[in-house]
Amino acid sequence: MNHLKKGEVNLGTSIMAINFKDGVILGADSRTTTGAYIANRVTDKLTQAVADIVHYHLGMYGITNDEPPTTQTAAAIFQELCYDNKDQLSAGMIIAGYDHRHGGQVYSIPLGGSLHKQAYAIGGSGSTYIYGYCDANWKEGMTEEEGVNFVKGALREAIKWDGSSGGVIRMVVLTAKGAVRHLYLPDRSNYEGPGVDTAKI
Amino acid sequence: MTSIGTGYDLSNSVFSPDGRNFQVEYAMKAVENGGTAIGIRCKDGVVLALEKLVTSKLLKPGANKRISTVDRNMGVVSAGLTPDGRHFVSRARDEAAQWRSLYKAPIPTAALANRMGSYVQAYTLYSSVRPFGVTAIIGGWDSEVEVPVDGQVGAGPAVGAGGKKEGEKHGGPYLYMIEPSGLYWGYYGAATGKGRQAAKSELEKLDLAAGNLTLEEGVKEAARIIYVAHEDSKDKEFELEMTWVSSLSGPTKGRHEEVPQKLREEAERLAKKSLEGDDDEDDKPEGEKMEE
Repeated sequence: MNHLKKGEVNLGTSIMAINFKDGVILGADSRTTTGAYIANRVTDKLTQAVADIVHYHLGMYGITNDEPPTTQTAAAIFQELCYDNKDQLSAGMIIAGYDHRHGGQVYSIPLGGSLHKQAYAIGGSGSTYIYGYCDANWKEGMTEEEGVNFVKGALREAIKWDGSSGGVIRMVVLTAKGAVRHLYLPDRSNYEGPGVDTAKI
Repeated sequence: MTSIGTGYDLSNSVFSPDGRNFQVEYAMKAVENGGTAIGIRCKDGVVLALEKLVTSKLLKPGANKRISTVDRNMGVVSAGLTPDGRHFVSRARDEAAQWRSLYKAPIPTAALANRMGSYVQAYTLYSSVRPFGVTAIIGGWDSEVEVPVDGQVGAGPAVGAGGKKEGEKHGGPYLYMIEPSGLYWGYYGAATGKGRQAAKSELEKLDLAAGNLTLEEGVKEAARIIYVAHEDSKDKEFELEMTWVSSLSGPTKGRHEEVPQKLREEAERLAKKSLEGDDDEDDKPEGEKMEE
């Protein structure tokens, strides 16, 4: 099997998700292009299609079973799709979610379509630069503030060293209370602000 | 039944003028002739029991099992036409397997009952098929602990996942009964087949809704109830078939299995004894005299 798909370009980005005391935090930079031109839109759309299919299944699950699907259900469906379509797909995925029964959970699905339950997961081209940072700074059972700072610090390094990562840092904090979005800008003294994006809560 | 013979009973999918589907009612008649089948939902598991009528002396005792395992944690017993029951089980296994292949987890008992209810109901709609000649009882234990996704690697953070809502109960014993019409309900105790009336009145005495009956007591009650239900057809030989599914900490570790021979024989001994001396209650060991 040819592992480099035809016409594939490394889609520059940095993504991560972590477990913390009250749930999970997902984080990403905002750059989705490589260099001067937009990289391989087709691959990006395939990934989007997978997400759409899972979204459909989860909606269906909620309706037919009278209870919302869990993170595990989402991870299982993503994994099956990623494995079945491994020849076409060139995207690693991170699935993170919160439900009352299981709390916060982080799953990683690398290129072959296997499923890994992890304490935290990093992905995208920028992630290669922050394995050391994450390993050195990771703590189990962090508070929300510590968690946000960990994700922010890691993505800041990823953006700094990875030429194809950049832009703003976005986060979503998932807990029993629901989803809260965060936004951190590069021009505000090194991603310090504005923080929680209250307009979008 | 005045409307019998008026032509409305000949085809499925045809209502009689007073809104009945005779084919479904005839299917229920087929069930009423079958050996009694019961299910008991205990606090720590479910028991399924069957009065297997022995139709020939040439049949090997203990062979030809009629209670089937559908998924590791789930069993089905049915009364009525045995081949219909086997087809029902085959479909239930397919449904359980299909659920597993999509969601990478065992199917919840409620979801299987729902799917099988839909399947059975579809056989009341078309003139080309006949309804199922069985009423089936599904008993299962939905895991009370978190189950990993089938095939997952790793276990997440060493300190465990954060933000769980503590103290919430999940899973437990479940019992459903599906009739030839496709109708299904969840039950504390379910009975079908020839001796269902006697069995039902015995089940009602147990006050199962209180949730005090243990699985082991349930096994003994199930055996006794099958013996009570057999009283009306005493001339016929029968074999008692029993399966159970317990919690993960119980005797079957969340799996649907046959009740061990020793325990079944003990339950049968007690059942026979209670029938012989219905008046000398003192002979009964504890657990037999429930909620009086």
